[in-house]
Amino acid sequence: MSSNRINWFKYSSPATFYPLAGKLVPWFTAIAVILVVVGLYMGFFVAPTDYKQGEGYRIIFVHVPASWMSMFIYLVMAFWAAMGLVFNTRMSGMMVQSLAPTGAMFTFLALWTGAFWGKPMWGTWWVWDARLTSELILFFLYIGYIALHSSIDDKRRADRATAILVLVGVINIPIIYYSVKWWNTLHQGASVSVKSGSSMASIMLISMLIMALAFWAYTIAISLARVRSIILDRERDTQWVSQLPEIKR
Amino acid sequence: MKEFFNMGGYALYVWGSFGMTALCMIAEPLLVRHRRKVTLQRVSRFVRSKSATQSTNASGDM
Repeated sequence: MSSNRINWFKYSSPATFYPLAGKLVPWFTAIAVILVVVGLYMGFFVAPTDYKQGEGYRIIFVHVPASWMSMFIYLVMAFWAAMGLVFNTRMSGMMVQSLAPTGAMFTFLALWTGAFWGKPMWGTWWVWDARLTSELILFFLYIGYIALHSSIDDKRRADRATAILVLVGVINIPIIYYSVKWWNTLHQGASVSVKSGSSMASIMLISMLIMALAFWAYTIAISLARVRSIILDRERDTQWVSQLPEIKR
Repeated sequence: MKEFFNMGGYALYVWGSFGMTALCMIAEPLLVRHRRKVTLQRVSRFVRSKSATQSTNASGDM
């Protein structure tokens, strides 16, 4: 009956996921590099100067993709954390562990580029505005996850304990996303929204979306590359790891 | 060229943003590559010492 359906649980086994991840990494790396080159070229040389913010607006080409990734990676982590709790699959916790440093990095970049954009446009590096504050809380959630996970020696227990933390923290994501609507913030409203479309010039929008796709491919590549080390560490007692050519040497 | 790097007076802010982003997105892959190297060394040492202990145990049993 289900013989012609893909057995997704097959890839929840580290032994099958490890080589698959190894095959995918170079492809997503190549996609990320190509998109970054195209995105930067369009962002700096094709997209016109903004009538209000001059050249300063070009920060958008890293600020918005980094901010999107900071939230999106957290949602993916929450998905894997929930999968781990429900199905008790080993790969889930490892994927959460692998994504967290990249999520923290993009959250840091969202705050950093935001500060470098806020200074010339608002006159300040930082304000305790709802959008900025909730994004800072997201950064602390990533750091909290990493600290808690590394403090528990039994990694399977660490997965379960941190899964609760990650799932509780999901409440922060809609708060970040809707903060510009719910509160009267200094941060501007969304330039691109699902409902009302985009308020940006199309060439600016396309450049930004290309950069967003580049960051997406980057995240897939880096998290798959990192999870391979995590798999080796956590599965070192198994037969299949001891049979790997890179281990036997 | 000089005009390009000047970014209409926003040089510090534009290059400060793109510079930090580039730094992070170049450093992270290097860190991951280093981690793989270290992990491979550690795990293969672990596997070797485990198989060594097993073979001494096996000969001791005889």
